[in-house]
Amino acid sequence: MEKLLKILEGNARISLEDMATMINEAPETVAMKMDQMQKAHIINGYRALIDWEKAGVAHVQAIIELRVTPRRDCGFDEVAATIANFEEVDSVLLMSGGYDLSLVVKGTSFQDIALFVAKRLSPIEGVLSTATHFVLKTYKKDGVLYGDEMKDEREYQ
Amino acid sequence: MEYEKLMATAAKEMRPSGIRKFFDIAAEMKDCISLGVGEPDFKTPWAVRDAGITSLEKGKTWYTSNAGLKELREEICRYLSRRFSLEYEQKETLVTVGGSEAIDLCIRAFVNPGDEVIIPEPCYVSYLPITTLTGGVPVPVPLLAENKFKLTAEQLKAAITPKTKLLIMPFPCNPTGAIMRREDLEPIAEVLRGTDIMVLSDEIYAELTYGDMRHVSIAALDGMRERTVLVQGFSKAYAMTGWRLGYACAPEPVIKLMTKIHQSAIMCAPSTSQYAGIVALKTCDADIEKMRTEYDARRRFLVKGLNKMGLTCFEPEGAFYVFPSIQSTGLSSDEFCKRLLYDKKVAVIPGTAFGDSGEGFIRISYSYSIAHLSEAMHRIEQFLTELKA
Repeated sequence: MEKLLKILEGNARISLEDMATMINEAPETVAMKMDQMQKAHIINGYRALIDWEKAGVAHVQAIIELRVTPRRDCGFDEVAATIANFEEVDSVLLMSGGYDLSLVVKGTSFQDIALFVAKRLSPIEGVLSTATHFVLKTYKKDGVLYGDEMKDEREYQ
Repeated sequence: MEYEKLMATAAKEMRPSGIRKFFDIAAEMKDCISLGVGEPDFKTPWAVRDAGITSLEKGKTWYTSNAGLKELREEICRYLSRRFSLEYEQKETLVTVGGSEAIDLCIRAFVNPGDEVIIPEPCYVSYLPITTLTGGVPVPVPLLAENKFKLTAEQLKAAITPKTKLLIMPFPCNPTGAIMRREDLEPIAEVLRGTDIMVLSDEIYAELTYGDMRHVSIAALDGMRERTVLVQGFSKAYAMTGWRLGYACAPEPVIKLMTKIHQSAIMCAPSTSQYAGIVALKTCDADIEKMRTEYDARRRFLVKGLNKMGLTCFEPEGAFYVFPSIQSTGLSSDEFCKRLLYDKKVAVIPGTAFGDSGEGFIRISYSYSIAHLSEAMHRIEQFLTELKA
């Protein structure tokens, strides 16, 4: 299963048959395993990795550090779930260290995100403080280098 | 100056590598895809690079002892015992500039002019020219696809004469991907026991075998350690080709003589590489496994794809090459490679670069990403379709 997940994580568009060959299983088995893993939420979706800057589409991202008061009964879960519901919010992570929640928020402009933080995020009950860091450039994401094409640097061809 | 007249005959007559020819053309071509590289596409594990850097930072840039750092030789002995159940001592170990130097030293240490060296072919390109350079006589033994490119006892017996000095055992094999399991090695050992024939066992791909069975060295068989020179190295297992680090293990008198040649020709292997090598052996078993798993997936991908398009491919069990037959196309290996290169800009190597018995085959390396291999396979398939039309 781990082998299959690693292949999928690298490239989810490899055909079922090729994946099956690579891990020495029948294509039907691979399809079944992928199905099962989707149902078990081990696989949570398949998406493209897009360099929006190259595509020329306005796209702004910010990483927001939140300090939150935990609730006695459910800790950070409730406030995290509330924040996760906003469609501007791309990811919500509970962190160790100097702050509690780390968010990735997406918008079309800096102002967009600033307004979202001021009007929707800050007023939520339990949110003590926010610190917004705008992303200026993506060099690498999800294990993939952005920008220059990967070159085979081996000289002894 | 009339250099042609001045230069040594034996050097001039050395067979040039047949690999280079195509790559010089391919290098000039735009959008050309190469499947020819004989080195890992992975980077050297970070811990190993870091060890090299640290040794430089500390200024450890002196010569080491001729035979190599004591600590490295100790680690080599531990590694061979742990991974291959081979028991060598430090004094039976010589650190060399890549496996290539160890091959050179071994042939020079044993071959007198006129001595015969049995070379199973197709095989790596350096055994034959080094043999001729020492005045030895290469005796090629053509390995057959129907035997899964393994050497058989009958073939070996037929090649032995009173002049036979050395047998080259190039397994796991570049270019065929063939391996020799214990049960294949036993009959070979049986032929050799009681003779004065030495074995040069080039096991540079020992870590890259696929399936549950690990590589077995011929030196591990009864009575074989005393007649074997084991050649190993860091290039393939740890993706360390450019570090130029290998080693030889053999009985002490043999290592002593090889060290004497090494001392005059080389002095010692690069010290930075030697410090890095210690860390590779100590900490990188998991890195080997990771790379091996990736190679295995690519190997399956290629073998299935090639067979599907009619290039019959025996299942290689070692190294990182497949060696499909192109006989169904009616073209010679050379012609096939030339046309594939000019028509579809895919560079592969004709089997004949590895000996005459490679005719009818091509070597494809899978030290490339699946995406790269996939594009190349697509082009080869197009080439075959157009060939048939």
